[in-house]
Amino acid sequence: MTAPLLAAPRVVNVGLPLFADELAKIGVPVVGVDWRPPAGGDARLAALLARLEPRRAEIAVANQRAFDILVNGEPVLVDCRPAREALELPDRVVLHAGPPLDFHRASPPMRAAILCAIRYEGWAANDDAAAEMVMSGAVKLDPCHHHRAVGPMAGVTTASMPVFVVENRAHGNRAHCTINEGLGKVLRYGANDASVIAKLNWLATEAGPLFGAALRLSGGIELRPLMAQAFRMGDEMHQRNVAASSLFVRAVMPWITRVADRHHAVARLAEFLAPHDQFFLNLAMAASKSMADPANGIVGSTIVTTMARNGTEFGIRVSGLGERWFVAPVEMPVGLYFPGYGPEDANPDLGDSAITETVGLGGGAMAVSPAVARFLGAGGMAEALAVTAEIREICHADHPHFRIATLDERGTPAGIDVRAVVETGITPLINTGIASKVAGVGQVGAGVARAPLGCFTKALEALAGA
Amino acid sequence: MPIFNLVRRGAYHDSVTLMRLSRDMEAVPGVTRAAAMMGTPQNRALLRDAGLLAADGDAAGPTDLVMTVIADDAHAAQLAWAAADAALARRSDAGPTTTRPRSLTRALDEFPDATLALISVPGPYAAAEATKALHAGLHVMLFSDNVSLADEITLKRLARERHLFVMGPDCGTAILGGVPLGFANAVPRGRIGLAAASGTGLQAVSCHLAAAGEGVSHAIGLGGRDLSDDVGGLMLEPALALLAADPDTTVVCVLGKAPGPTTSKKIRGWLERLGKPWVAHFTGDSDLNSAPTLEDAALAAVAVARGARHTAREFTLPETEIARVVAEAGAGLKASRRFVRGVYAGGTLAQEAAALLRVRVGDSGVGHHITDLGDDAHTVGRPHPMIDGTVRREWITREAEDPATAVILLDVVLGYGAHPDPAGELLPAIAAARTRGVTVIASVCGTETDPQGLSRQADALRRAGVVVMPSNAQAARIAARITEKRS
Repeated sequence: MTAPLLAAPRVVNVGLPLFADELAKIGVPVVGVDWRPPAGGDARLAALLARLEPRRAEIAVANQRAFDILVNGEPVLVDCRPAREALELPDRVVLHAGPPLDFHRASPPMRAAILCAIRYEGWAANDDAAAEMVMSGAVKLDPCHHHRAVGPMAGVTTASMPVFVVENRAHGNRAHCTINEGLGKVLRYGANDASVIAKLNWLATEAGPLFGAALRLSGGIELRPLMAQAFRMGDEMHQRNVAASSLFVRAVMPWITRVADRHHAVARLAEFLAPHDQFFLNLAMAASKSMADPANGIVGSTIVTTMARNGTEFGIRVSGLGERWFVAPVEMPVGLYFPGYGPEDANPDLGDSAITETVGLGGGAMAVSPAVARFLGAGGMAEALAVTAEIREICHADHPHFRIATLDERGTPAGIDVRAVVETGITPLINTGIASKVAGVGQVGAGVARAPLGCFTKALEALAGA
Repeated sequence: MPIFNLVRRGAYHDSVTLMRLSRDMEAVPGVTRAAAMMGTPQNRALLRDAGLLAADGDAAGPTDLVMTVIADDAHAAQLAWAAADAALARRSDAGPTTTRPRSLTRALDEFPDATLALISVPGPYAAAEATKALHAGLHVMLFSDNVSLADEITLKRLARERHLFVMGPDCGTAILGGVPLGFANAVPRGRIGLAAASGTGLQAVSCHLAAAGEGVSHAIGLGGRDLSDDVGGLMLEPALALLAADPDTTVVCVLGKAPGPTTSKKIRGWLERLGKPWVAHFTGDSDLNSAPTLEDAALAAVAVARGARHTAREFTLPETEIARVVAEAGAGLKASRRFVRGVYAGGTLAQEAAALLRVRVGDSGVGHHITDLGDDAHTVGRPHPMIDGTVRREWITREAEDPATAVILLDVVLGYGAHPDPAGELLPAIAAARTRGVTVIASVCGTETDPQGLSRQADALRRAGVVVMPSNAQAARIAARITEKRS
């Protein structure tokens, strides 16, 4: 219904703030747009955006479809089994985080993790032999994302590693992620000594089978309600997972105790889980991927369905552009460091965990976790709210299930729109751990990183048929 | 009474939210009791004990939302669930966060019941923003200038397809339902409806109406090119239809520059079929004109509304007063100073003055000059002279330094959006011109209720020795008379 022209208008003011001020003074409902030239005044990008304008209505329909799929997935954790079975992953393949990666250009922690995984699998006895296998092609590298999987930080996944299996019951697709190894020296941050391999062995031989049996017996643990609840408890589920991890332990432990036949195995698992605040991250990632994957491939949609970093490049995929990656050099994270480390020790941004930001968790959900906003600067509630408000500028709509208590139950912004990113110049904010740039050290801090604008401008070119 | 249970699988809400939902559902007519709870065993036991649990609800799990209602019939239960869904979808009215939305699209998410976009971004970006607004179902007031003719036609066609309105481009003013938009004056609501392809023309007429004790029902801006044959009155036609159908409007007043010949014929047809009395004034000249000046257009509309007749007069002041001003201006002026120099902020006012002085706006040959500093050519990268008088001061000074200048002719436009003291801004330049013996003549376009106050501004000008005339046309005519005897 068109509003009549000859009636007191309700006004959106685009341009001179003076006009909005005058209307506000006399009590006319008005919203002022903080307008700036699109794409920072870049005429070429503005022209690309303008080329999409005649298709605005079709794009809106396509984006609504992609958004509905993205936010209404029903992820259920159904199993935990070796990647060999769950992903049908053959030997001599190493999956890694981010877009496709040339080993020669891999950052030191990524290389270290790849080589460590090859030794863990027993395909090579030492790093030199392992590197030779990669270089000769005897061991193949491939992105997790190409195998229905995601991995945090280096994201290195091989056939023997157990992976959680998350089924999206709204669509029947599955997504997978390894078991989070905990803090300290861990493979995902590029640590690679004997203790790392010992932990991986324990996960494969004891923790993984226990989880698998328990989950199969349970009939599946629904993750969306658990995540919605954790969201209200202050987890944005990328940097902070303490509530979700606790809720998950509560949900899974009764089943673990039912399937365990050895008391000590349960005790070891409980001890592993009890202090492990980030345990749920990998589940949040698998759940996110299970929700995002079916949203890919909607013709005409400009919604981002993947964001991932390999430590060298940041890559995105866009619903209407299918499986194609759009990459740009990855940025450096900014944040806070463990004692003895500083920005000079940091590796460039790394990991598939930006899949959480892709579905509306993580950086854009900062308002649920004001504590996490402290990584940005002064931090606190105002900064957290400002981040979420900023990310809302580039998102399709509010998430119907993941609602923010501090915003009176308003949904987190979800469905990043390539057009809005280029138009506003606001790029997604990724909450992230920071790996040492030196192989073998591990995590040195945590903070935030921006997605580079280049991925989005390249995707826009493809959308505009340029 | 029957129990109705609805189970939403995997929909988590916290208990405070759910308690509020229960209350919302119970408020629905026909509902006796209602509860919304997550389906944990404990909650199901509570519901069972309360007599609120049906088989569906009993089968729910801890991650399922159970909405249970005791109601007269299934229809009432449906309404209760709809009320719950509406409550879940409702946003807080705690108000927007301090950050302003960065795009029109985003602003509409925050303010979905907006009806009009007021667009004043730089010209090259304006058409894109207007297109977005039209696609979103908003009327557009396009203040921006430097919008191409092709873009204007495309926008107006799109608007007509969608039963929307594009006022502009270069539309400085409108008054809709009593709300002034852009540069508009505080005029009372009344019975005279305006459709104007002329911003300051609309302002001037609405001020003259106010001065005569009448008011404006609505004033629709069209944009200066709407009546050209290129655009062909794409917006005038629906504007006239709206005013014809508007119960608050008894007289219609159409304003603009002289229409193109083809459009002129169309306008005649539209006016003949209007079904209401009308007054037309096209600055310059047109065979459609029923009033020779903006002031006469307003007074003619007043007369029609009152069932009277208006007779146009050259001056409303007594002839003795006019003679005195002319004599004073002539005394002590060097013989070389023979011409009128108009330095205008309002485009239509400049046009009107130029027509009365038989010159064209912008011509800079020997003789009278009328400059419109609000024209596109002068506003690229600079604020409009109604907002900032810097450029006008420079032009006044330049014209006064010209040894051929006898009279500087000014418009002072008041209203919302205009500078808080437009007369005061010009006074230093006026004082300097006066010391050179130049006569300064002005008219003030405004009302007593404007933020700047009509008489306050006029008095300030008079104190500085400016001849303040009751209308722009009278100001131009007295300027002409002063110089007639010299040139």
